[in-house]
Amino acid sequence: MGIKGIKREEFIDNESLDLLKGSGSNILLTTIDDVINWGRKNSLWPLTFATSCCGIEMMATGAPRHDFARFGMEVYRASPRQADVIVVAGTIVNKMAPVLKRLYDEMSEPKYVVAMGACAISGGPFFLNSYCVVKGVEHVIPVDVYVPGCPPRPEALLYGMLQLQRMIETESIKSRRKRNRSHDSK
Amino acid sequence: MEEEVKQTGINEQEEYIINMGPQHPSTHGVLRLVLSLKGEVVKNVEPHLGYIHRGIEKMCESITYQQIIHLTDRMDYLSAHINNEAVCLNVEKALEVEIPDRIKIIRTIMSELTRIQSHQLFWASFGMDLGGLTCFFYGLRDREKVLDIFEETCGSRMIVSYNCPGGLMYDIHPNFQKRVKEFLKYFRKKLPEYDQLLTGNVIFRERTVGIGKLSLEDAISYGVTGPSGRASGFSCDVRKHEPYSAYDRVRFNEILFTEGDTFHRYFARIQEMKESMNIIDQLIDNIPEGPYAVKMKPVIKLPEGEYFQRVETARGELGVYIISDGNKNPVRVKFRSPNFVNLGVLNHIARDFKIADLVAIGGSLDMIIPDIDR
Repeated sequence: MGIKGIKREEFIDNESLDLLKGSGSNILLTTIDDVINWGRKNSLWPLTFATSCCGIEMMATGAPRHDFARFGMEVYRASPRQADVIVVAGTIVNKMAPVLKRLYDEMSEPKYVVAMGACAISGGPFFLNSYCVVKGVEHVIPVDVYVPGCPPRPEALLYGMLQLQRMIETESIKSRRKRNRSHDSK
Repeated sequence: MEEEVKQTGINEQEEYIINMGPQHPSTHGVLRLVLSLKGEVVKNVEPHLGYIHRGIEKMCESITYQQIIHLTDRMDYLSAHINNEAVCLNVEKALEVEIPDRIKIIRTIMSELTRIQSHQLFWASFGMDLGGLTCFFYGLRDREKVLDIFEETCGSRMIVSYNCPGGLMYDIHPNFQKRVKEFLKYFRKKLPEYDQLLTGNVIFRERTVGIGKLSLEDAISYGVTGPSGRASGFSCDVRKHEPYSAYDRVRFNEILFTEGDTFHRYFARIQEMKESMNIIDQLIDNIPEGPYAVKMKPVIKLPEGEYFQRVETARGELGVYIISDGNKNPVRVKFRSPNFVNLGVLNHIARDFKIADLVAIGGSLDMIIPDIDR
């Protein structure tokens, strides 16, 4: 079942996606966008990147019961140059942050980031009292989708990845460029 | 990967240095190994730690004993329940609380289920390290069955937080016994598949038998515990030598080998799964009725002093050392984590083997990096 097979009513935040979509562009551009987005969203290859417990749940998502591959997230790539999406699964500490940034920079465009679990979102259980945990991975790299949980269930990660596909669907070549520029100036 | 080549002429025979990690699929997390190579032969392995150091020991000093439980989950997340048990046993020992049999038996059953699912994941990822992707699918298929049992009783799949000082968070689910028995019946049938797929495989044996030998003397002097130490003949099972919970009333064998190579470190874990199933078999029908937790004070204050408790996790001996000054927070908490100690032996056993063997040796030590760095 592809993303198109899921009913519109079953998604919660359709309105915000419509807002994104309604940025306005001409017919020629939207047709090209549709074709490009179709290709991009159906071949999201994640990077094998896991720092702690969320990584095990990410493995479970790739395992037979939950089976990532149904939605085109076919293979985990060990090299950042072959990956489209980086799932930040686990805590990022101060020593790891430059490495993560470098991995992100090594990925080729278009690239997406999913922050999986409480640690990647805000520091989670290590938010208070810890002297070396990065309090949210968005301090290091720009995040597209947040998946809450500690660790999130495989279904939650799948839902997050489907939302990412949905987001890619609304993208335009124009808006994508704008987004990159805003990140660079950050 | 970053490569730092010393000045070498083509004909010179010098060692060069290569970086493995921190992002490398075969290091099972964010371990960074700096290798000195001579051709393809590893001459020196230098682990660099701290890429997932979260300061758990320091954090423990500013929180209460009930809260420490939830941090220990995140150290060795595949033995989450056993880590919780270590802290709980320590606190209960300090307060001299008598724990009813029901709690002890449920804790033991849960610990053994945790051990089984941890070894299943080991089998899955070890096979994948050596190029057998099928193992990954088979291992995780069976692991989901254990996680279903956890989910029903604890409400969580992996990070269970089921223990609390004085007992358990909540009672077991009415289906618990039935589900565990179903799982045992299912897994007894599936375990021979593991042997057929990997243990007897010629390519697998070529890559593991005789690789990375660790002698008994070295295992003792490096303090390698758990299945890795027992594969070298080091009798170090805490469940046997210093029984806690309900281990004193069950009969099981301590898996001991003398070879101490990569294959036997792997094989010890396969055998341990069988022993774990035997332990559960003996206990599952004998859960007595009673309360699932002893009534404790809402604020736990340990009397002044030092307390130590050790347990056997899926990877070795975990020691929890607490110093208390009588307040609700500990003054110092120290975890003797098995992975940190087991990592120390890596340089010793991987030297003079090829770089591909290092992956096999590292995989057979079954390291969890967040437990090393804490």
